[in-house]
Amino acid sequence: MTSKEYKTITDIKGPLVFLEKTEPVAYGEIVTIRLSDGSMKNGQVLDTSDDAVIVQVFEGTEAIDRQAGVKFLGDVFKLSVSRDLVGRILDGAGRPRDGGPDIVAEEKADIIGAAINPYSRQSPHDFIQTGVSAIDCCTTLVRGQKLPIFSASGLPHNDIALQIARQAKLKDSDEEFIVVFCAMGITAEEYNFFRTDLERTGALENAVLFVNLADDPAVERLITPRLALTAAEYLAFEHDYHVLVIYTDMTNYCDSLRQIGAAREEVPGRRGYPGYMYTDLAMLYERAGIVKGKKGSITQFPILTMPGDDITHPIPDLSGYITEGQIVISRELHQAGIYPPINVLPSLSRLMGGCIGEKTTRDDHKKVSDQMYAAYAEGRELRGLVAIVGEDALNERDLQLLKFSDIFEDKFLRQDRDEDRTIDETLDLCWSLMSSIDEKYLVRLDRELIDKYGQHTE
Amino acid sequence: MSNNEGVIYRISGPVVTATGIDARMYEVVRVGHEKLMGEVIEIHGDQSVIQVYEDTSGIRPGEPVLSTGQTLSVQLGPGLLTSIYDGIQRPLQTLEEVMGVFITRGVDADGLDLEKKWDFVATASAGDEVVGGQIIGTVQETETITHKIMIPPKVSGKIKSIDSGEFNVTEAVCVLDDGTEIKMMQEWPVRHPRPYTQKYAPDTPLVTGMRILDFLFPLAKGGAAGIPGPFGSGKTVTQQSLAKYSDAQLVVYIGCGERGNEMTEVLDEFPELIDPNTGQPLMNRTVMIANTSNMPVAAREASVYTGITIAEYFRDQGYDVALMADSTSRWAEAMREISSRLEEMPGEEGYPAYLSSRLAEFYERAGRVETLNGDDGSVTVIGAVSPPGGDISEPVSQGTLRIVKVFWGLDAGLARKRHFPAINWLNSYSLYPQSLNQWFRDNIASDFPEVRTEISALLKVEAELQEIVQLVGSDALPIDQQLTLEVARMIREYFLQQNGFDPVDAYSGVEQQYAMAKAILTFQDEAKKAMAAGARLQDVVNVPSRTELMRARFAEGYLENIGGLVDDMVGEITGTVEAN
Ligand SMILES: Nc1ncnc2c1ncn2[C@@H]1O[C@H](COP(=O)(O)OP(=O)(O)OP(=O)(O)O)[C@@H](O)[C@H]1O
Ligand SMILES: [Mg+2]
Repeated sequence: MTSKEYKTITDIKGPLVFLEKTEPVAYGEIVTIRLSDGSMKNGQVLDTSDDAVIVQVFEGTEAIDRQAGVKFLGDVFKLSVSRDLVGRILDGAGRPRDGGPDIVAEEKADIIGAAINPYSRQSPHDFIQTGVSAIDCCTTLVRGQKLPIFSASGLPHNDIALQIARQAKLKDSDEEFIVVFCAMGITAEEYNFFRTDLERTGALENAVLFVNLADDPAVERLITPRLALTAAEYLAFEHDYHVLVIYTDMTNYCDSLRQIGAAREEVPGRRGYPGYMYTDLAMLYERAGIVKGKKGSITQFPILTMPGDDITHPIPDLSGYITEGQIVISRELHQAGIYPPINVLPSLSRLMGGCIGEKTTRDDHKKVSDQMYAAYAEGRELRGLVAIVGEDALNERDLQLLKFSDIFEDKFLRQDRDEDRTIDETLDLCWSLMSSIDEKYLVRLDRELIDKYGQHTE
Repeated sequence: MSNNEGVIYRISGPVVTATGIDARMYEVVRVGHEKLMGEVIEIHGDQSVIQVYEDTSGIRPGEPVLSTGQTLSVQLGPGLLTSIYDGIQRPLQTLEEVMGVFITRGVDADGLDLEKKWDFVATASAGDEVVGGQIIGTVQETETITHKIMIPPKVSGKIKSIDSGEFNVTEAVCVLDDGTEIKMMQEWPVRHPRPYTQKYAPDTPLVTGMRILDFLFPLAKGGAAGIPGPFGSGKTVTQQSLAKYSDAQLVVYIGCGERGNEMTEVLDEFPELIDPNTGQPLMNRTVMIANTSNMPVAAREASVYTGITIAEYFRDQGYDVALMADSTSRWAEAMREISSRLEEMPGEEGYPAYLSSRLAEFYERAGRVETLNGDDGSVTVIGAVSPPGGDISEPVSQGTLRIVKVFWGLDAGLARKRHFPAINWLNSYSLYPQSLNQWFRDNIASDFPEVRTEISALLKVEAELQEIVQLVGSDALPIDQQLTLEVARMIREYFLQQNGFDPVDAYSGVEQQYAMAKAILTFQDEAKKAMAAGARLQDVVNVPSRTELMRARFAEGYLENIGGLVDDMVGEITGTVEAN
């Protein structure tokens, strides 16, 4: 289809171009813009009426002038999907970045993605063993879950994400995940780190990468995760794959969203982020899950860096309100030299309850996990007290808990970057560490479990 | 002449402006070639501003807009129970049949199955004078609920004919003298409260089986409660517990802008779970509305109205209905999103200036009433609130707290310690105890209010003592205060904490709650006595039978066993005196 080219731009502002006197243009329609030097940019319609059209330009509006030619392509944004996506590296707008051929479409899929009918969903309940004790025991990952990493700059979230991508498997199964990796505004160095590791382990052949780096267009970041999720849905629901989507860094995504909102002079919500950011993020995160009658699944592992290490910042806050838990990385633990520096206290896996226990992990998992948490939480709180009054003021129970909090960090949390612990190993480790606390203080464990697994020597 | 067809002038997300159409405010219109459903929310001269309940991508200016003459309404009648709807009452099951697993657009679906035949049993007879709200017959809709067929409000007359038998919901089961046909289905505009004769002051608690709620901060049938809390603090688990165990006869559960999987969980679980009050599957008394966070925001805005109208309809049949809305903040955000597209002057934090009045109007639809037919029915509303960053100084929390009489404040700190339910006992409140005390005295124990006062006093004292402990450590406190700390710990760990997922502990009857509270006070009294006679605090606290008493609540039959366990504990505590 050859469509008409308009040269009716009236205003250019931030990433937005305003034009008038067009034929009826569809909401969400895809646009190309030809600059005077012949180069092309891409965009999408954000607002349309008889009188004016607003276009958001993915590559930014630099060098666009009022003479630029605008074409409306008659369709909303679609990704060419195919089984051949696997093994490919694409840029943030879905074009090959690996020098390979264009993807020959088996199908063209709308990247906005339709909502899964809640009636058609199937509750996720398959335990994924990540081999990381803190996660497997305390914030268990479930196939089909969306579980973000809340991190901050300078912390080893990438190592953790990669370790999980490498080790994640269903208990007693070799079934592997296809990784869909989506980079949004990360540095070339970070990207290389991911790519090299995926290459090293051979996972790259079973991965699709969508890459928008720090020096790539900021507005393009708004479509990159949508492309990644569209690919993931296609692979999961048309080709039965279990897909693990890792995207990083959601913070850059949200900043692009803020940029558009500001350019449109929208009334901002908290800290300048748009009032619709919750809905916008939900349209990404909710694309995780399992649906009835399909074999595949989408598990999401978004990474975000909390500005100022602040968990109440709108980005982690709104994410936490949508995702099914979070894994929080702690600067304090990192500085204490502990890897993985996961602070289990604010971390949570909401789907854990339904996927652990006798039939899936072990009968003691729930109670052990509760007890580990409770004891560690109290022990850590006591550290503050001890700093003021000294250990002498503590009674016997408090002393034991205080000591336990150190043991917990040193023996339970700490593990090597390629140490892959089975869930049995993790739970056995818990029992052995808990033996440093008198049985009578372990009120969250019941008699039978203590008799069965307890390692107390009376 | 009025014009019922116009054209689209502008599209901005879920907001579409049309010209050339004579629409009324809140009228339902059909937008574009695909006839997407929308509702007129503003009129400027020739322009009608429409919120569209489906995705608007790909729609162009110039496409047609049709007015329907209807306002946004729900279909009410047999078939509501066990259903799950989206925000505009389209059954999700039907949508799956038509669209597959992903929700696309442009599909209409009736809220009720119009074909299904129900066994209508007439209870009125020809010749009876009837008025709006009067019951003329019944349908056994589920094993639990008898659906009462009412004359629609505002209709009255003398019955010419009425028949028992098999009917679908659009067939006339009764005809009045003036020819008016009464069908089992009636429609009601969602933004209008259904009428009743008068409101009563609530005097009966909604028994929830959650100890901290029933015992310390009770909610009345017909009351309204707000549950604010940061993410992951337990709003949904609490709401689901209430949907499972509260002694309402009917539950309307609205998932408003929240997770898809949470609704799936309810769908999986409720048909299997048995209602402790009737012995029937919970699903039989439940209506669900699921407009998840990624479904269209305009339909999210409508979902709470759809839900409360259904709740009122069952109230009018004389039922006690409980409605949970999770989360009202997402509803408020939908209002904000639409309002900002309308370029309205924003109030606080970008919310529209009418936010607090909309909240008030919604919660006002709760209440215990005398129905039009003289019966007694109630709608209890429990709204979750999701304040940004957990800070309740924000407009939705504040707007809610100004109206509701019960505040169950969830606390991130408690959730982090895995103290569940993470309801903060120091800042939560209920303004109902005065009106409910008589019920507790009559039905549970004559000293119930006094025991409650004693338990809450201990918790307050503990909070004060903890401040001192933070400075000097607990060993520096006098021994009687150390005992108080132990008693308070027992209240927290044994009484307030309740595992929402434990098959036994999740539900605690009020009698059991009372027995547990008494057991704690007995421990305190016996410990004091023993220590006065020379026993050591440590020995008293560590008697094994106390741990047993606490652990045993996870086993069936606790209410029967608790007396014996308390006796064992008393014996052992007395023993600690001799041991010294
Ligand atoms: N009463 C309870 N018993 C046991 N666990 C609970 C209880 N309440 C909450 N939890 C735990 O806390 C988690 C989060 O609770 P929930 O999903 O209700 O939070 P929420 O306040 O609804 O969060 P959001 O605002 O993000 O939806 C649950 O998955 C569960 O692990
Ligand atoms: Mg929730």
